[in-house]
Amino acid sequence: MTDLFSKFDPLIQMRTDLLSTGVTDPFGLVMEKVISPTVAMCNGRETILLGTYNYMGMTFDPDVIAAGKQALDDFGSGTTGSRVLNGTYAGHKAVEQALCDFYGMDHAMVFSTGYQANLGIISTIAGKGDYIILDIDSHASIWDGCKMGDAEVVPFKHNDIEAMEKRLKRIPEGAGILVVLEGVYSMLGDIAPLKEMIAIAKKYGAMVLVDEAHSMGFIGPNGRGVAEEQGVLDQVDFVIGTFSKSVGTVGGFCVSNHPKFEIMRLVCRPYVFTASLPPSVVATAATSVRKLMHAADKRAHLWENSRVLHGGLRERGFKLGTETPQSAIISVIMPDLERGAAMWEALLHEGLYVNLARPPATPAGMTLLRCSLCAAHSAEQVQTIIGMFERAGKKVGII
Amino acid sequence: MDRAATSEKIAALIEPFNKKGIAISDATSFAGDLEFDSLTVMDFVAAIEDEFDIIISMNQQAEIETYGQLVDAVVKLKG
Ligand SMILES: Cc1ncc(COP(=O)(O)O)c(C=O)c1O
Repeated sequence: MTDLFSKFDPLIQMRTDLLSTGVTDPFGLVMEKVISPTVAMCNGRETILLGTYNYMGMTFDPDVIAAGKQALDDFGSGTTGSRVLNGTYAGHKAVEQALCDFYGMDHAMVFSTGYQANLGIISTIAGKGDYIILDIDSHASIWDGCKMGDAEVVPFKHNDIEAMEKRLKRIPEGAGILVVLEGVYSMLGDIAPLKEMIAIAKKYGAMVLVDEAHSMGFIGPNGRGVAEEQGVLDQVDFVIGTFSKSVGTVGGFCVSNHPKFEIMRLVCRPYVFTASLPPSVVATAATSVRKLMHAADKRAHLWENSRVLHGGLRERGFKLGTETPQSAIISVIMPDLERGAAMWEALLHEGLYVNLARPPATPAGMTLLRCSLCAAHSAEQVQTIIGMFERAGKKVGII
Repeated sequence: MDRAATSEKIAALIEPFNKKGIAISDATSFAGDLEFDSLTVMDFVAAIEDEFDIIISMNQQAEIETYGQLVDAVVKLKG
């Protein structure tokens, strides 16, 4: 018998080697108690959270929690069914309406996760003979959506406008084209030049899908994302988003003005062949999305946090993923996995949690410590965080 | 362009990516012999695409493991 697991041996070896240095397993952290959007108990220690996607700090919002509790009482714990059979409750329609209002778009379709939204929309709309042109640093859910469909998949170098255009130019006359971009790329926290890219995509007759998972709620005048910020949201055919980040619960969605969009509900398999979100989840999501429409103060504070952390870390000699703070993600580039894991652990001992990211999730084989800020981080917390980085960085010998 | 001329052009394009100076034949494999990782593949494919003004989609790349198969694919794509 061939052991089907033998293909994982190199990864198992790499993990064994890393853990044998005595470092805490960076992928095995347990939060014993969550005190607020920015603080949890980890290994019995009070820990500042700087590696969540809780950008707008909505997870403990009293209105959001009240809506969830009410829905649990009124509609029960789960739907036990697909959206197209017994799984559409009033709450599912209400959250879709909240999304239409938030984005100012005609149609919204809610999936059980953002991963499934990308998987479903991309694999369904781009079929045999069509072309998908996408950034090489796209999220795994975008790649998996490409793999699940039958279209020709053509990647281009990250954020490279010219490389994108060259590929568009070579597509055979008459073929359907979907250009897939992200607003914020979550590994380095950099944003895309959507204005230029979308103009070119349209010149070649492509439809455009933009994943705004990491921008919702705080980028753009109404928090609609990078496309709104750059004034091109009306040129985007499909926006993909998630409830698992700024919205503070779980779920994914696609919003669109396409006149035939509703047919997706019947043809998109990751929408049809899975159970719908629980009533409490859609109730918390709807409340949170509506509150995010009026969150200008929180938005401003989040940006301030991002600027202060970026400037502080840079000043102390850390190498960062972007020259300027472009989003709520500040990525600290580590020299290698071993020192990255050591730094991660030293920060945890300081009482700070960040994300350790490594290939294949990261571009160019980098090891990153990803810091994602929250509107609920206080100015003092951000200063504390900078101090923790300084001490840990010196201890590990990175600065 | 015939197969020999195409092969010659591709051989020249491989050079900067052939760090170990492996001798290239039709049987040379990109992953095994040349040890191309995914980033190298992207840059190399872009170089070929630009030179011949073609698209080699990921779907087509999946079928190409050796130098000989690449030359054949480019000849076919150029028509
Ligand atoms: C760019 C991007 N798209 C989609 C997703 C998937 O979102 P979800 O957590 O809702 O599955 C994520 C989050 O991991 C993401 O970063």
